[in-house]
Amino acid sequence: MTTALLYIAALLGLAISWQQDRDKTRAALQRAAKSFGGILPALAIVVLLVGLVLALLSPEFIARLMGAGSGWVGMVLTSLIGAVTLIPGFVAFPLAASLLQRGAGVAQIAVFLSTLMMVGVVTAPMEMKYFGRRATLLRNGLAYLYSFGAAAVVAAVVGAVIR
Amino acid sequence: MKLRRFLPVALLVAIDLVILAMAPDTGRTVFRLTGSSLLEMASILPPVFLLLGLLDVWVPRETVIRLLGTASTWRGTLLSLLLGAAAAGPLYAAFPIAAVMSRKGASYRNILVFIGAWSTLKLPLVLFELANLGSAFALTRMAINVPAIVLMATLIDRLVTPAERELPSLEAND
Repeated sequence: MTTALLYIAALLGLAISWQQDRDKTRAALQRAAKSFGGILPALAIVVLLVGLVLALLSPEFIARLMGAGSGWVGMVLTSLIGAVTLIPGFVAFPLAASLLQRGAGVAQIAVFLSTLMMVGVVTAPMEMKYFGRRATLLRNGLAYLYSFGAAAVVAAVVGAVIR
Repeated sequence: MKLRRFLPVALLVAIDLVILAMAPDTGRTVFRLTGSSLLEMASILPPVFLLLGLLDVWVPRETVIRLLGTASTWRGTLLSLLLGAAAAGPLYAAFPIAAVMSRKGASYRNILVFIGAWSTLKLPLVLFELANLGSAFALTRMAINVPAIVLMATLIDRLVTPAERELPSLEAND
């Protein structure tokens, strides 16, 4: 769906651009090819890491780990899983909802989703190519710490609403 | 030099092969998932880079500086938030976009706000979160995420050196 939209937008843009100015369009294509080629080595690392991590941390395995831990231990555990995995939202949210129904804590689920979205350990090689090592570590580190604060607030609000 | 660049790739493939030899079932899963993630990235990234190439050629630097540059004030921050939230696609697609924004003169802080919004404020994702986890959960997270994204961007902006604020364009032949 997202991908189809991206292709439509890209091809439409390309057609309009070609019609307006062929030389500029050629330059755009060259730029696109060059910058795509520039990121390929980092991309190869990311693809291999994703395959490895997803195989070792299957959704079933994650569900078991999250069921096992509660309190701070559970939050640290789930935050680490969230930080290293790369699960798309349409898998992660239903998984989170079903875990909540099965008795997982709101704070644990919130820290999992927050780290999942904001912290990217497996995509860090690619991020470092653009932002450098230090800024990548800063962004991911801050997002990781923030996820705990965010989870505490979400848990407090959800708890207050339910009561 | 060239060889060193592919050392991590060779190492990871070696790990995959060891797993395949020791635990064939897990090994096959590793290769299947690596294949599908390769397919996903190979399908998402070409249109992203194509659009980037077009933006690069057609959008004037002055426009980007005016809208998102260091003098763009809170309007630039708001626009960065909206651009990130309106995005589609995984976070790794945002990094090359950030590089083009940087070359066009967007401020480093606004680029970080854009990345932050992309990571966790994407509209389709927020709607999906609302449907699955309820409004108390999703809206609370969103309400604290907005100021947190801006705050963290400001903090990182203060902590990095001027050289780190310039993102490289990563050309293939260097």
